[in-house]
This record gives sequence, structure tokens and C-alpha cells, in this order.
Amino acid sequence: MSEVRPSQLGGITATKYISEYRDAGLVKGVIAEIRRTVTRPWVIMEICGGQTHAIKRYGIDQLLPPEVELVHGPGCPVCVTSLELIDKALAIAAQPGVIFTSYGDMLRVPGSSRDMFSIRAAGGDVRVVYSPLDAVKIAQQNPDQQVVFFAIGFETTAPPNAMSVVQAQALGLSNYSTLVSHVRVPPAMHAILSSPENRVNGFLAAGHVCAVMGYWEYPPIAEKYHTPIVVTGFEPLDIVQGILTAVRQLEDGRCEVENAYPRIVTFEGNRPAQDVIDRVFVECDRKWRGIGMIPASGWRLRPEYAGFDAEERFSVGEIQPEESPTCIAGMILRGMKKPHDCPAFGTLCTPDHPHGATMVSSEGACSAYYHYGKA
Amino acid sequence: MCLAVPGKIIEIYDAGGMKMGKVDFGGAVREVCLAYVPEAVTGDYTVIHVGFALHLIGETEAQETLAMLREMAALEDEIGPEKAASQ
Repeated sequence: MSEVRPSQLGGITATKYISEYRDAGLVKGVIAEIRRTVTRPWVIMEICGGQTHAIKRYGIDQLLPPEVELVHGPGCPVCVTSLELIDKALAIAAQPGVIFTSYGDMLRVPGSSRDMFSIRAAGGDVRVVYSPLDAVKIAQQNPDQQVVFFAIGFETTAPPNAMSVVQAQALGLSNYSTLVSHVRVPPAMHAILSSPENRVNGFLAAGHVCAVMGYWEYPPIAEKYHTPIVVTGFEPLDIVQGILTAVRQLEDGRCEVENAYPRIVTFEGNRPAQDVIDRVFVECDRKWRGIGMIPASGWRLRPEYAGFDAEERFSVGEIQPEESPTCIAGMILRGMKKPHDCPAFGTLCTPDHPHGATMVSSEGACSAYYHYGKA
Repeated sequence: MCLAVPGKIIEIYDAGGMKMGKVDFGGAVREVCLAYVPEAVTGDYTVIHVGFALHLIGETEAQETLAMLREMAALEDEIGPEKAASQ
């Protein structure tokens, strides 16, 4: 079986459920079927930044017929976390007696005047964790220090982050808190589709968000905006199958919700995970970087968990965020522009000197274009 | 961020009231929280995100998808793109 590219995933060798979904012959077969099906131009948005990277890494956009244009969605939590909250995180991390913990990508995002590395260089204790339960362990091991976890993420990451709060409570930890910046996909889809500048004809919904949430939230969106939504996975074969499913619907004039990732996703999703999300978090309005306020698009801690809320625990004074004047990340995150449309792309703005979060994050569209070619 | 990697559950145990386990990712073994897959048994495949199993992988669904896509590729190989277009 030939593969599209050598199968490596962060140093992990190929395993069941990975290599068979990178079979070049099967990908070719699906691409041929897309060519046979398409008769008109369509714009399809993949929501998730992980899918954007797979598309650029495997050159899937180059294999598609010219009628099918892929635009890249806002599904990159590092990219959409507001600069105000990043500045707040930096202010908390700079306080004495604080151990600030975060997923790796988040540490590289520049704030208005500094980043986490400069806090660390100035003597701050800033640590990367793989799992939020690692942050809870650090709190157990350091009872005299305040441990803060930067709880960012979409629905996929909400159950792990929520469990860290449940666990900290069960352990009676009074030195653990979370700076919560959770965002949800369905309100973002509403915001994109209701914009007068919208170009999106169909969506590839984020497979791992749906592994948690199912896809029961999507039929009203598909119906209201007459837009097909296809739950799609992350391997090359998953992605081309998602595109084919969306193209078939568009050509037939259908606007349904279909599941092209049934080995992982069910309609109901993961109920135990949804229960813990409901127990710990409550819906809130959330400001998305580059997009603005989206009503009911976030989760924050419920009042009964206020004791684990870093925003309650730490006073940071007034924050006045200052965005880069050149960055067009907001237009890119809504599918209105591509990274090449930015005059700073690859010249003033690079992964080493990023102006915006879409160049920082390993899921950002600008980073994907920079790393995987100029097409 | 939403990257989730498939792996095989090779051990299940309780740690302070939490269902935990060992998962094999093609040779690399890591400790994983299994609280969200209460039905999981040793030998199941699951997808892991930031140290948590998010969902078990359905073998039947996986095979059905692959069978459908293999048929599509076989059609392409047998009759070629020109003729397949007129089917």
C-alpha cells in the first residue's frame, strides 16, 4: 500500500487507523470522483486548523479540480484567543509565587508588549504541559505556589480542561486555578454564514469537536443557511471523502448534515464528556480575536467553581491590548482572505517573528502556508 | 489543538477514583485518562487528545468506509476516468 507521505505523527510511527487513511491510491480514487461530480465553482470551508494543516501538508488543495476552492476557518484556539486575555495571562504569569502552565503553542503568541518567554527570562515560572491533569499534579507538588492553567480550546479540549477542575476540587486543592478561554464551533458557523461578505457554500465540520459533541447541533444551521455540513476527519482520505460528500450535496442542491467520520463520531457524541462540560462550564459571550464578539460562543466556569477561576483570584489592573496594524488574521479566519493576500506574509511576518496568532500556532492558516509551500 | 491520535488500550486501572489506562501508539506507550469512555475494555482502540480518550473507534464503521472507498478506487482503475465519468 503506497502512502501519500511517510506516516509520522509527532514521532509516533504508523499504527492502525492511520496508515490506511493515507493510501495514495484510495485518495486518487476519491479525487477522480470529485472531478466527475463537480460542474460549477464551490467554496468549501474546513473549520478546523488541524484540517488546514493536513490539506497543505499533503497538497490536497493542489489535487482538487479548479472548481473546488477551500477556505480556512477559525478552528484554531490559539488564533482566536483574544489579545486582552493573552495580556491578562502574561500579567498573571509575571506575578511572584505563580507557576503558569499552558499548552505549548500558546506560549509563543506575542502579547501587546511581551510574550511568555520574556516572562520566563525575567525569572517567571512558565511551564508547558501535555495534559491539564499534569497542571493539577504540579499544583499538588507545589502547595506553597499558585498554579494557573491557561484553559484554551474548542469543544474537543473542554472535557479534559473541565476534568482538571473536578479533579482539583476532589483533591481539595486551593492553589489551582484556570484562565478559561473556551470557544464553541456552532456560534462561529452562524457568524460566518450570516455575514454579508460570506463566500462559504459548504462546511467540513471538525471531526474531533463532533467526537465530543456529536452533530445534533448542526441540522438547524444547515437548514437556516441552506449550507451542507459534513463531519470530517483529519487524514488525507478522510478529508477528500468529506469534500466529495459536500460537493455531491452542493451539486444536488441538498443542504444536509452528513457524517464522513463514522468510526469516531456519532450523532449524540460523548455523553459522559458533555455531562462534565455542563457541570463545570456555562455558556457566555466570547470575543474572538480578529472576528469580534460572538454571542453565546464561549464557555466560562460556573459560579460554583469561581474558586478555580484565575480571573477572580488575580488582580491584573487595566488591560489595554494593542493589535498589530498590518495583520489580516481576522479576514483569514472568516474565509474572506488567504495568507498570501497579506503584504506582511513571509516577509515582515514569519513564524520566528509573528505579527498575528495565525502565524504562531501549529494550526494557524498562515503557519500552514509558510511551512508547506507557497501555493 | 484538536489533534487526536488513535491508539490501543493495553491496560486499565483505577487511580484515586479515576479510570486510567495505558495506551499503545504504535510502540510508544502513555498513561491516559479513560473517564470519558466508561465502556472501554482492554484491546479497544480509541482516540486520545491531551491525555484523554475522547471516543472509542468503531471497527465496523471503519471497515465500511474503507470498503466503499476501495470500490471507488477500483472503478477508477478498471474503466479509467474518461469512461467512469459517463457512468
